[in-house]
Amino acid sequence: METEINTGATGVIDFLESANLKTKRETFDPFTTPESIFRAILYGSALCMVVLLFSVFLTLLIWSLPSIKEFGLRFLVSKTWDPVAGEFGALPFLIGTLITSFLALVISIPFSLSLSIYLGEYAAEGVVPSFLRSAVELLAGVPSVIYGFWGLFILVPVVRAVEVKLGVTPYGVGIATSSLILAVMIIPYSASLGREVLQLVPAELKEAAYSLGATRFEVIRRVILPYVVSGVTAGNILALGRAVGETMAVTMVIGNSNVIPQSIFAPANTMASVIANEFTEATSTLYVSSLVEIGLLLFMVTMIINILGKQIIKKMSVQV
Amino acid sequence: MKKLLCCAVLALLMLPAYSPCPARAESKELLGAGATFPYPLYSKMFDTYYQAYAVKINYQAIGSGGGIQQLISKTVDFGGTDAFMSEREIKKAEVPILHIPTCLGAVVVTYNLPEKPKLKFTPDVIAGIFLGNITRWDDPRIAAVNPDVKLPGMGILVVHRSDGSGTTFIFSDYLTKVSKDWAFKVGADKSLNWPVGLGAKGNPGVAGLINQTPGAIGYVELIYTTQNNMPAGIIKNKAGNFIEPNIKSTSAAANVDMPDDTRISLTDTAAADGYPISGFTWLIFYKEQKYADRSKEKADELIKLLWWVLHEGQQIAEPMHYAPIPKSAVTKGEQILQSVVYNGVPLLKK
Amino acid sequence: MQRDKFLFRLLKDRLFKTAVSIFSFCSILPLVFILFYITKNGIAVINWQFLTQLPKPVGESGGGISNAIVGTLMLLVVACTLAVPLGISAGIYLAEHKTGKLSYLVRLCVEILHGIPSIVIGIIAYVWIVKPLRTFSAFSGGIALAIMMLPVIVRTAEETLKLIPETLKEASLALGVPYYKTILKVVVPAGLSGLVTGIILSIARVAGETAPLLFTAFGNPFMNLNLFKPVNSLPLLVFNYAASPYPEWHGLAWGASLVLVVFVLLLNFFAKFMTKKWKVRF
Repeated sequence: METEINTGATGVIDFLESANLKTKRETFDPFTTPESIFRAILYGSALCMVVLLFSVFLTLLIWSLPSIKEFGLRFLVSKTWDPVAGEFGALPFLIGTLITSFLALVISIPFSLSLSIYLGEYAAEGVVPSFLRSAVELLAGVPSVIYGFWGLFILVPVVRAVEVKLGVTPYGVGIATSSLILAVMIIPYSASLGREVLQLVPAELKEAAYSLGATRFEVIRRVILPYVVSGVTAGNILALGRAVGETMAVTMVIGNSNVIPQSIFAPANTMASVIANEFTEATSTLYVSSLVEIGLLLFMVTMIINILGKQIIKKMSVQV
Repeated sequence: MKKLLCCAVLALLMLPAYSPCPARAESKELLGAGATFPYPLYSKMFDTYYQAYAVKINYQAIGSGGGIQQLISKTVDFGGTDAFMSEREIKKAEVPILHIPTCLGAVVVTYNLPEKPKLKFTPDVIAGIFLGNITRWDDPRIAAVNPDVKLPGMGILVVHRSDGSGTTFIFSDYLTKVSKDWAFKVGADKSLNWPVGLGAKGNPGVAGLINQTPGAIGYVELIYTTQNNMPAGIIKNKAGNFIEPNIKSTSAAANVDMPDDTRISLTDTAAADGYPISGFTWLIFYKEQKYADRSKEKADELIKLLWWVLHEGQQIAEPMHYAPIPKSAVTKGEQILQSVVYNGVPLLKK
Repeated sequence: MQRDKFLFRLLKDRLFKTAVSIFSFCSILPLVFILFYITKNGIAVINWQFLTQLPKPVGESGGGISNAIVGTLMLLVVACTLAVPLGISAGIYLAEHKTGKLSYLVRLCVEILHGIPSIVIGIIAYVWIVKPLRTFSAFSGGIALAIMMLPVIVRTAEETLKLIPETLKEASLALGVPYYKTILKVVVPAGLSGLVTGIILSIARVAGETAPLLFTAFGNPFMNLNLFKPVNSLPLLVFNYAASPYPEWHGLAWGASLVLVVFVLLLNFFAKFMTKKWKVRF
């Protein structure tokens, strides 16, 4: 037996067999019950994810059918949302969502970019940067309804005071306020994604520039930023996706008006907030169906934005 | 350690088994949803009922539209609405739905102006403001009705409901009767295509927003203005008198003949001292209480609650600034409750 | 001339650094403001009564948020029971099958699920659970939250398990341990800190969600332990009370906000602490 042990894998297995222990071969029998059950569970759970997504999509589609049949593409361009007449058009909400999300993105870019650059280049280690990093993560953790609540009581009076100075109707609530709060909410997302892409820049590239005598600003401006521009764009696209779907904070400060807003200080409604406001009481099938169709649009818009963003980031990491 | 964790998780999972199983728990709880108009009153009524009979009534104020929709979906035991269901809506439900009035309320026009002046309004002025034709407080049309008030040069901010509301229905029903322009452009319903203004959720939302926005104007149930010290507009009624909204004028508006099913609109009342924007609010429920898997105990509890609301509950109305329903309405309500059946058998044996 | 040019470049560099620092620190100003106001207004309201009593009817002072706290906990328990086993299994599958058509599809689906707005998930839970069961319930709310937790759990499980060296798994298999035991007793425990962190983070994400609860859990002025009845929750309470005109309710909303924010922040801190302290080093 001593000689057999030294003859490699088969030797070991024979040794174990003869010692009457369970061997690898036995337990690989595909019909062994605990084994196959386990693999089936894993497979099933993974499959569940796919099934879940498709069920969500199908449910939204089926419930939107009455509205799709009735309005067709007119739904996307009609600006009348009239439950009395049974006439539903989603344009005011599409515009509301578009304006608030883009405005939020524009406002947030200088801040999130600064955060990424500061934490990525200037202060990567240390007490203050890690405090900053934690603070930004906490910003992402604050629930949406709390942002809305705070916005309603603290931000709205401020905006109202500004509107009074500007001579505009001092609603306080409206597109401007929602965009501000949305901007604060999406800063953490674009900042963390920005930091990740910044780390992908090869050190040799930076060092080469420094060794040629460039200042930090010049390295950032001419070497790093051009390199990561697609990654940062992707990060912002993903942040946009987050802003588009945001419901509670927006519902509380947007003014809930179903008309196309005339100025950035006017009240409006987004796709998400109109569903939140009107879903429980939609009394006719067409009304419910129209709201679900808006939900379907929201689903597809966020899906496209997310896939687009992720693709760009993947391409960037592959490049490296 | 792991075993302990597993046991703890299993125990937590068993939690639903500890709580009384659904069939038994049903009888001591009722779920309602709907109008925000009477919410302060219902909140007090149901609390009193709970103290007396240990039956929990969970009423969520999601708006009259929501109350009707959830009753039709059979997700609640009863609904609350200030807009009685139209023939078309009842037909949609396929089975008979009954209404009993629970109280009278006044929809007041409230506003936020410095120094809180007491303002008078005529139907035309109200329609003009909410249609967006009158946009400043110092507009000559408002000044004409209020000659002795110094009106500020502020813009008017209209606030309306963002959810499906019976309060909106009563208000727009009134405007449809008094303004041809409004009837043509907007109409009367729980959710409207508002020409101007901000939306807020529920009566509380509208009151809250007006309270915080100088120059705002909107419509809410009377109690929301008394509770929050907000002014209520004095409105010219059909008889030509300027009436202040209060319990007396609201009750006066109800001095009309009631139909048997109690579905009647009281707006633009002919009564000389009646407040023109008054309305009933109703609780709605199914006539045949055996549907889905409702037990007889549940149906009994519901009927007991409704009977109580019609009688003992009425005493809570006045202290809460709602007007109790007139005797004729109580009688009609009793008749309606006596027609409610479970599997064909009347629930009330009187 | 050269020197001037150089000084100019240095100036630009300094200016840029200042600008970037200012913008960075300004980004967290809102957090400071929010925490400040919530603490200031919330602390005034919180006392033992606040945490243990039920809300009072409209217009009466006093009352508390005990039913909301219990409701939130109930919803989280239901959501975890559903999401954790499913999520971790799917995560294990993805970590074990790094390539493959199904893996690619599953990863894509998980990404998309993660991005679905919470209000759409509320619609789904309403259609799937509330309508058929004919009642609003904690159960339906829990399901909505579970759907939102799943992508986070799956992703962190996959990331964590991918980091565990193959050699550990291979050694176990080589010793004759069955595959399922290897995964459950060797691989998963090795990555336990990461998995638990993922679970905690997903809880933190859904604890403050309101939108999916609007048409599922519905709200309840009473205490309710029955899974199949409507239940109140902290975010719902804040939403309803914030928009009301009653100052007493505003006070309750500030207090509830403070409780909610403290809860979520504690979860986040705990998750970070766990990652640092209990990480198994290879």
